[in-house]
Amino acid sequence: MSRDLARKTPDELLRVVQAEEEAAAGKGHLKIFLGYASGVGKSFRMLDEARRRRERGQDVVVGAVQPKVTPEVETLLGKLEVIPLKNSREGTAMDVDAIIRRHPAVCIIDGLAYDNPPGLRNPTRWQDVRDLVKSGIKVIGSINIQYIDELRLQVEAVTGKHVTQSVPISFIKSADEIEIVDAPPEQPLERTPEEQVGVEIRAQRLSKLRELALVLAAEVVEYQLADYLQRHGIKQHFATQERILLCMTPRANIHEMLQTAQIIGAKFHAETVVAYVKQPELSVRDQEALEAKLAAFQEARIPIQILEGTDPVETLLEFARLRGITQIFIGHTQQSSLWSRIMGDPVDKIIRRSQGMDVRIFPK
Amino acid sequence: MGDTGRGKLKMYLGYAAGVGKTYVMLEEAQALKSQGMDIVIGYFEPHGRKDTIAKTAGLEVVPRKTISYRGSVFEEMDTDAILVRRPQICAVDEFAHTNVPGAEREKRWEDVEVLLDAGIHVLTTMNVQHLESLNDQVRQITGIRVRETIPDWVLQKADEVVVVDVTPRALLHRLDRGVIYERKKAERARQNFFRESNLVALRGLALRETVHELEHRGEMGHGQAAGEDPAALPWRHKILILATADPTTAMVIRRARRMSDFLEAECFVVAVQPSGDLSGLPDPDREAIERHLNFARNMRIETRILEGDDVAPALVDFARRNQVTQIYLARPRERVPLSWLSRNLVQRIASLARDMQIVIVSERDL
Repeated sequence: MSRDLARKTPDELLRVVQAEEEAAAGKGHLKIFLGYASGVGKSFRMLDEARRRRERGQDVVVGAVQPKVTPEVETLLGKLEVIPLKNSREGTAMDVDAIIRRHPAVCIIDGLAYDNPPGLRNPTRWQDVRDLVKSGIKVIGSINIQYIDELRLQVEAVTGKHVTQSVPISFIKSADEIEIVDAPPEQPLERTPEEQVGVEIRAQRLSKLRELALVLAAEVVEYQLADYLQRHGIKQHFATQERILLCMTPRANIHEMLQTAQIIGAKFHAETVVAYVKQPELSVRDQEALEAKLAAFQEARIPIQILEGTDPVETLLEFARLRGITQIFIGHTQQSSLWSRIMGDPVDKIIRRSQGMDVRIFPK
Repeated sequence: MGDTGRGKLKMYLGYAAGVGKTYVMLEEAQALKSQGMDIVIGYFEPHGRKDTIAKTAGLEVVPRKTISYRGSVFEEMDTDAILVRRPQICAVDEFAHTNVPGAEREKRWEDVEVLLDAGIHVLTTMNVQHLESLNDQVRQITGIRVRETIPDWVLQKADEVVVVDVTPRALLHRLDRGVIYERKKAERARQNFFRESNLVALRGLALRETVHELEHRGEMGHGQAAGEDPAALPWRHKILILATADPTTAMVIRRARRMSDFLEAECFVVAVQPSGDLSGLPDPDREAIERHLNFARNMRIETRILEGDDVAPALVDFARRNQVTQIYLARPRERVPLSWLSRNLVQRIASLARDMQIVIVSERDL
C-alpha cells in the first residue's frame, strides 16, 4: 500500500479503488437477488429494477425467464426486450451467443441454477453468466438458497427436497452486489399449495430457510467489505460481527468457557478462535493437559492459533487487535501460580490493556 | 401472538433512509386493500419521493393532528382519530419518531401500542440504528450517536420483521439522483451518514438483527423447534449489572440486555449505597444513578438499590444469594482521576466472585 493510500479514509479508498478496478478491467458487473424460497418475489423485484433502468434510458435486455411466471411479472416482461431461450432436441438453454452479439448494457437472468443440455459452451448457466460478465455486460440474476451447493444439505434437511442443479457459493460471493428479497413466510405459502404439510410446520421450515438466506447475505456483505479492505491493506474492523478469542493456558478450566463460546457463537453467529501463547519448559503434566484441551477445541471445530512472544499478555492482545476481536474469554488466575507472582496478574493486565474489547472471566 | 384481542405488528426494517421501507409497506397496504381489508394510512412521511407518493394512491389517509409548540405548528399522527375510525389495519411510517412536546405520548411507538391494544393491526417502518441495544455499535460504525432509540422489547413484540434490503451502491445512486433528499442535503448526507463503508456495516447489522428476531420468534412460538436447537442452553443464565454514576453504565446495560435477550436470561441492575437509597449522594451522582436505573427500567430490566458500605462484597453477596451466573461491569476508564478506585473495584469483584462469570464491558473503539 502506498503512503498516499494510507492517509485516505476507508471510503475515499473504496471509491478510488472501485474506479481503478472498473476502469482497468473493463469488466462487467454481477448483481444477484437472493431469495429463500420460490414465490418471495425475486423475479418481480428484479424485473421492476429492469423497468426502472430502462425508463432511465439504459439498454436492458432479459436473457432468461422462468418457465412459469405470475401475471405481474408477465406485465413487466411485456415492457422489456426479451432474448428467447434456445431450444434444441437435448433441451433448453440461455442463448449466450445471441446476448453477446446483442451486447446490451444490462442483462437480466431470472434463475441462475440451470444445467445446460450437452454440447453447449458451458455445462451450466452460472458459467454462461460468468462469460457474459467477462464480455463486459452488467448481469443481474436471481437465485434461491436451495440451489447454492454448500447450503444444499442444510436446505434439504429442512425441506426434505433434493435438488440436482446447483451453483457454488464462491460464485455468489464473487458477485459485486447481492440483495436479499425478504418476505415473511405467508406470501410464499400462498403460492406453494402442493405440499400437504401442516401450516405450522411449513412456516417453521420457511422461517429456517429465511434465516439461512439472511445469514448468508450478512456473511457475503461482510466478506465483501473485509476482502476489499484487506486487499487494499486497510486494517479496519467493523463491529457488525462478534469475534471471540478464547485464551488458553494448560491449567485453564475450559469446560464452561468452551460451552459458553459455543452458545454465544451460535446465538450471535460469531466467529470464534482459540489462542495459546507458547510457554517455555512445560512440565510433562502441563504438556499433557494442554494437548487434551487443544484436542477438545479441535473436536469442537474451533480454530486454534499458537502464538509466540516474550510478553504473553501483549502477544495475545496484539493478535486480538489484528483479528478485530470483540470479546476475550479468559480464566480466573490461580492465586498461587508462580507465573502471576513473577509477571503480575495476567487477568488484570488484560483488562487494563484490552481497550475496545469486552473481557469475560470464567470461574476456576 | 397469544391474545387474540391485540392487533399484530409488522415491522419493515431497513438500514438507512431511502432503502425503500415505506415503499414496500405501502405496496403491502395496496395488496391488503385489494384483498378487501379495511386499511388506512395513520402516518406517512412523503419526503418528496414521487414513486413512494404514487403508492398511496387510493388509500385512505387519517388527517394528522396539529400541535403548537413554542410558536410553531407541528403535525403528528392523530391516534384518537384512528381509534374512532377503527380500521382493521393501519400503516404508520417512522416508528422511532419522537413526538413534539405537548403531544399525548412522547414516542410514536407508544401511539402504535395504543392502536395495537385496541385490536388494530399495524404495519410500520424503522431503521436498525434506532434499536437501543445497538446504540454503541452504531456509534462505533458511523461515529454518530443516535438519539431516537427504541427499547429492544418493543421490536421483539412485533409479530413479523421483514428486512427491506437494497445494495449500498444502489442506495448511493438513488441519493445521487436526488431521489432520497434534495441536492444539498444529499451532498451533506454523502459526507456523513451515507458513506459506503457505513452503509455496508449497517446493512450487515440489519440482516443479522432480522436473523436474531426470526430465531427469537422461532424459539418463543414453537416448542418443538427450540428442542431441536443445538445451541439450547444447558442451564438458565442470570445476569447482574452494576449501575454507578459513571456514564459508561448505559453502555453496560445495553450490552448486557442484548446478551440476556440472546441467552433468554433473567437480568437485573443494582446500585450499591451505604444507606440503601440514593439520598446521601451529591446531586449530580444521584441524578446520574437515577437516570441509569430509569434507563434500565425502560428496557424492562428490574432494578434495585442494595444497602452496603463496600460495593464489591455487597454486590457479590447479592449475586450469590440470587444464583447469578454473570456479573456485568464497566471497564475502568483510562486517564480519569481516581480511576485506580474503579480498577480496584473490578479487581476486587473478580477476586471475590470466582464462582461466576464476570464480564468487563469496554467502549468499542471508534
